[in-house]
Amino acid sequence: MYFNEEFETLPRQALEAIQLKRLRAVLERVYNNVPFYRNSFDMAGFRPADLKGLDDLQRLPFTTKQDMRDSYPYGLFAAPMDEIVRIHASSGTTGKPTVVGYTGSDVNMWAELMARSFVSAGAHKGDIVHNAYGYGLFTGGLGAHYGAERLGASVIPMSGGNTKKQIMIMQDFGSTVLTCTPSYSLFMAEAAREEGIDFRDLKLRVGIFGAEPWSEAMRAEIEAKLNLSAVDIYGLSEIMGPGVAIECCEAKCGLHIWEDHFIPEIIDPVSGRRLAEGERGELVITTITKQGIPLIRYRTRDITSITYEPCICGRTHARITRMSGRSDDMLIIRGVNIFPSQIESVLVGIEGVEPHYLLIVERTDNLDTLEIQVEVDEQLFSDEIKVLQKLSKRIEKEIKDILGVTCSAKLVEPKTIQRSEGKAKRVIDNRKS
Amino acid sequence: MKVEQISIFIENKSGRLAEITRILGDEGINIRALSLADTSDFGILRLIVNDAGRAKAALKERGFTVNKTEVVAVEVPDCPGGLSSILQTLDSQQINVEYMYAFVERCGGNAVIIFRFDEADKAISTLQANNFNVLQGERLYSM
Repeated sequence: MYFNEEFETLPRQALEAIQLKRLRAVLERVYNNVPFYRNSFDMAGFRPADLKGLDDLQRLPFTTKQDMRDSYPYGLFAAPMDEIVRIHASSGTTGKPTVVGYTGSDVNMWAELMARSFVSAGAHKGDIVHNAYGYGLFTGGLGAHYGAERLGASVIPMSGGNTKKQIMIMQDFGSTVLTCTPSYSLFMAEAAREEGIDFRDLKLRVGIFGAEPWSEAMRAEIEAKLNLSAVDIYGLSEIMGPGVAIECCEAKCGLHIWEDHFIPEIIDPVSGRRLAEGERGELVITTITKQGIPLIRYRTRDITSITYEPCICGRTHARITRMSGRSDDMLIIRGVNIFPSQIESVLVGIEGVEPHYLLIVERTDNLDTLEIQVEVDEQLFSDEIKVLQKLSKRIEKEIKDILGVTCSAKLVEPKTIQRSEGKAKRVIDNRKS
Repeated sequence: MKVEQISIFIENKSGRLAEITRILGDEGINIRALSLADTSDFGILRLIVNDAGRAKAALKERGFTVNKTEVVAVEVPDCPGGLSSILQTLDSQQINVEYMYAFVERCGGNAVIIFRFDEADKAISTLQANNFNVLQGERLYSM
């Protein structure tokens, strides 16, 4: 099922022709309206008219989150304020928020892409959408809301929090689609169980979860506890909000990125060089239809890979794999590049080890040291010292064998490491170079 | 014939031991015997208390990692050579001691040794065959 069959199933060649045409228009737009881009294009010796093919995109410089901060609040807007109908901002946990503005056509485009995303997840007109993403400056709530309305579903604009009421409404109103963060879905199921309500008795059929990283194991748990089909959705306010990419319910294998509106690239986060299909690196997105704040080669900091292989659902748009980390988290330890997610997958492979960990990097006598703190729960704990020491040795050995880096594993008490709520701090880097 | 012991994982951070004893005190739990094994990073506190189940629940609720294990308590005369005679008996049967700790009974003048064995049942029958007094849990909890 598609929301916009023509565009979702465009043959590759036609899709690329549209991309090129739209890219040319957006480059003209930012060159003429945004001093930041005029300067950076001039410095790169590039005029929009120089664009001959999609590959020429690589000649353009990246846009970073820092560029957005330096332009705070409206410096990157490409439309006059009287055309901006909505303003959103990212949370700004690491500094000033990044501000984005939408024109009427941007809001329209977003609703269309979210409606496509709903259908991709298995929702349809007539569904009752329980939207528990937060409403406000955060893009989640309103993004899902407008998309569900465009689809022709009935939206319950719940926003987050007030869990008891959420459960009551879902029961009484017969919600069939749930949109929220994956961890909140499990939290609600748990809270319901304490009230004697089994989520499996509700009418929920489809769950659209995003805004924080989650795993296949968590999908299995959600699907079992909530008795619904769960898909991963991806987005970021700088690019649009939720609905930049989504899994299809048919394959649940990679997230289709709506390529008639965004051009994705995967780059090596260190060298900036573009990587080949299947290689893992940082996702870079160029928006080609946005009017309010178009971004050229925006570095998302999210680590993924891309595939152009045909999908069983029939959509021709490329798929990105689940986000496996953030490039700002990448560590270089004695010359070895490591993502925290790689360490996580080693830890998860050791029976009984919970994926709650903290990496502490220091430099002693010009040598990097890596300490991995791992929580000891009841399953791992033994009243014998040697058993626990064996466990930390095993962690050290597996990290060394698999990732090629020497570390020391330190066992810590449970719940002492911050829990993942999308922005869990996994790394403390004390090196001052 | 076995005795319930609870063990608690603690990081080497100041105040953890105080926290544990405070929780047990607030619960009205009495500690009969204890031992603390430590490494540079963490320690394992082992306790015999008058109510292991309640102690475990109280500590778990406060976020501690707690295990319940079975250990063997043996009474020996509090005199030179008392412990040695037990260990020789165990050694003669090639029974390995994982760890042990001792306390002296408040009245009666005997010492009690708490043992953790790999083969607890074999150890108990060997000790009894050699006339050592293996204590019942109830006796220890109410000492």
